[in-house]
Amino acid sequence: MWSWVLHRITGVAIFFFLLVHILDTSLVRLSPQAYNAVIDQYKTPIMGLGEAGLVAAIGFHALNGLRIILIDFWSVGTKHQRLMFWIVVGLWAVLMAGFLPRQLMHIFGGA
Amino acid sequence: MTATIETPRSPRTRPHSRVNLEKWGWIYMRASGVVLVVLIFGHLFVNLVAGEGVKAIDFGFVGGKLSQPFWQIWDTMLLWLALIHGANGMRTIVNDYASNPLVRRIFTGALLASAALLILLGTLVIYTFDPCPVGSPADLLPSFCKAS
Repeated sequence: MWSWVLHRITGVAIFFFLLVHILDTSLVRLSPQAYNAVIDQYKTPIMGLGEAGLVAAIGFHALNGLRIILIDFWSVGTKHQRLMFWIVVGLWAVLMAGFLPRQLMHIFGGA
Repeated sequence: MTATIETPRSPRTRPHSRVNLEKWGWIYMRASGVVLVVLIFGHLFVNLVAGEGVKAIDFGFVGGKLSQPFWQIWDTMLLWLALIHGANGMRTIVNDYASNPLVRRIFTGALLASAALLILLGTLVIYTFDPCPVGSPADLLPSFCKAS
């Protein structure tokens, strides 16, 4: 049940980000100054941490989505759904371990 | 309000449609989902990990990407697949929680309108975009723009 709840919450969050993200990127059609002014708002530590949260949400939604497909189409998917949930959590942790240090370096300076 | 429950095994009253849209929606979520995993992780890697993160993203960066057909097609697929996937997922959630038929219709209509509008806007931006707009300061533009 918690995988279902998390899938919904992350899905809604990603959807609303997507709406904003299409609008901000559309500013490239207006002028370089307009686009740069808005994208500069993303280059703060708070937005950087928000971005890390967004990547965490996308990572879970993607991996759990693949798990849902395996449950639906793999002949023994339902039998292994609980094990696959923990594999999702494990892969997500690996993904975040790779991404977070890089993201934190980008936010707080350094290489 | 009393709910009427049909006699079990009574014939379908709803006109039987040849196309089961809900089934195709279900299939779409899975098919687009697999493609989106590749497209979005590629998008995130190129924009946030490979370079200098969001700090490196400005008009010059986006202009450099969107002047190449490869990224135009990549971003068009992202736009259409992700927005329809997201709007259809939101529709599922609205159907689950909005028990009032009028509220449900308003939310579903708003989702349809916003998705259609943003797909139109995004597609127009990708294919009518000029990476070297005339009269813009050269230091804001991609490096391949010749000063004119």
